[in-house]
Amino acid sequence: MIELKNINKTFRVAKRNAGFREAVRALFRKEYSYVKALDDVSFKIGDGEMVGYIGPNGAGKSSTIKIMSGIMSPDGGECVINGRVPWKQRKEHVREIGVVFGQRSQLWWDVPVIDSFELLKNVYKVPDAQYKKNYGELVELLDIGEIVRTPVRQLSLGQRMRCEIAASLLHSPKILFLDEPTIGLDAVSKIAVREFIKTINRENKTTVILTTHDMQDIEALTERIILIGKGRILLDGSLDELKSRNSGKKTLTISYVGEKIPSSDKLTVVKDMGGHAEIVIDSSEISVSDAIAAVSGAVEIKDISVEGTTVDELVVSLYKEFRI
Amino acid sequence: MRLYFKYVAIIIKSQMQYKASFFMTVAGQFLVSFSAFFGVYFMFDRFNEVEGFSFAEVLICFSTVLLAFSLSECFFRGFDTFPKLIRSGSLDRLLLRPRSVILQVLTSTIEFSRVGRFLQAVIMLCIAIPTCGVTWTFAKVMTLLLMVIGGMAVYCALFILYAGISFFTIEGLEFMNVFTDGTREFGKYPLSIYGKGVLSFFTYVIPIALFQYYPFLYLIGRTDNAWYAFLPLIGIVFILPCYAFFAFGLSRYKSTGS
Repeated sequence: MIELKNINKTFRVAKRNAGFREAVRALFRKEYSYVKALDDVSFKIGDGEMVGYIGPNGAGKSSTIKIMSGIMSPDGGECVINGRVPWKQRKEHVREIGVVFGQRSQLWWDVPVIDSFELLKNVYKVPDAQYKKNYGELVELLDIGEIVRTPVRQLSLGQRMRCEIAASLLHSPKILFLDEPTIGLDAVSKIAVREFIKTINRENKTTVILTTHDMQDIEALTERIILIGKGRILLDGSLDELKSRNSGKKTLTISYVGEKIPSSDKLTVVKDMGGHAEIVIDSSEISVSDAIAAVSGAVEIKDISVEGTTVDELVVSLYKEFRI
Repeated sequence: MRLYFKYVAIIIKSQMQYKASFFMTVAGQFLVSFSAFFGVYFMFDRFNEVEGFSFAEVLICFSTVLLAFSLSECFFRGFDTFPKLIRSGSLDRLLLRPRSVILQVLTSTIEFSRVGRFLQAVIMLCIAIPTCGVTWTFAKVMTLLLMVIGGMAVYCALFILYAGISFFTIEGLEFMNVFTDGTREFGKYPLSIYGKGVLSFFTYVIPIALFQYYPFLYLIGRTDNAWYAFLPLIGIVFILPCYAFFAFGLSRYKSTGS
């Protein structure tokens, strides 16, 4: 059970203008500006939930993760995870969580992966039997049996990420934080990682909190999303709910010969470059076939495609809506 | 403690991945320290004594400082790379593990390649011990031991202090080297030769003299005050304020989240 209540965090950022003179001046008198990284953030996440935590860069995602994992303390507010305050009972708390940073490694660079695993076993004091069981499962599910004897520096990014994930789960944590776990991975590795996350969430009831910019991750994995922007929680709901907000919108991409396509109150031409146009319709007002009929009445259609809104577009429209 | 050795094991495994580099660093370290030895040697070749200290006596002083430093460096220099840990964000990773931060910092790097300097110190001590004219009673042996232990502790404390400062500023940490590498270099000679000011600074502010100078006087029989032999123990106490400072820095790190 994760509970955040009115969490606030302000950072002091040193500022100076460009140029050598300014640099010298800043040496003696620094000017600071204050950035509100988290502004009254509250949410609850139950056991076994899988939550996508999204927002643009600098929105406060990492800060929230840092607070929840006990690396950082907030300026104000409460955060209780499994009955503990993370930054006050750090050691007890981190024993029950696993954290994967997509951009940072937790494995020892020069030695085979298996050595890192064994050291982590000691660090977390995992009993032999449990370690054996977890190790066996992870190696099988993540398909890393072949690579655990290779030094980390010789692994590909996809291989390394699978090992990273395994490493963060050896101590059977109750909560898994994944910070951009699929960043930079190829399609095959991405799918493997997603499948794996789904499996452990389902089988072990591990709570998963996932930050990502990859909307396919969100679509494939999470039912609930929390959107953060400029340090504030803007939206907290199910993905379906979010989709239904503008599910009626369809985009028609048309190649045609003839005059420009006229806009009407039901057909919004968003782009028309003469011969190539994009039209947005609301399917609750006009059906797709009617729209096509209307367009083909005006011009000769050479090619056409119809698309519903993707999660990507949804997010962009959300960002626009909240001006973040 | 068991965990410490596990960490040590993984570092050894890592370093053995780069054999050539390992042996070359050892050789390099050895040669560098050796040149320092020649510096002292040639000086005495001309002057015979410095402020009434003979060559063999200075050698004792030099080798204990070097021994203390190299041992300390071997085990505690993890703090030396601490600014790097902060900058690269690896400290976050350490905080995510259910173990003490100090232990993890210590074991982030262990410089076995520094055995060159250690060997050097041992060889010099082997030369100095029979030639310095000290009659080796039990008390004298203990004094020498305390000097080395106290020295290790003081250097360890300085490394911790260094790490503590890096919570506040990343730039300008170089000046701390004056107290670590610097004192190793000018600790070759008994500190009194640098004058009263320097001596009292290194007695009351940075307690280098507590293990390098006062017990040394007792060792070579310049003073009969046996209390001097116990002064290195005060050097060990120096760890406490340094650690407190480090802990303060860590709590600030958590609240600034940088």
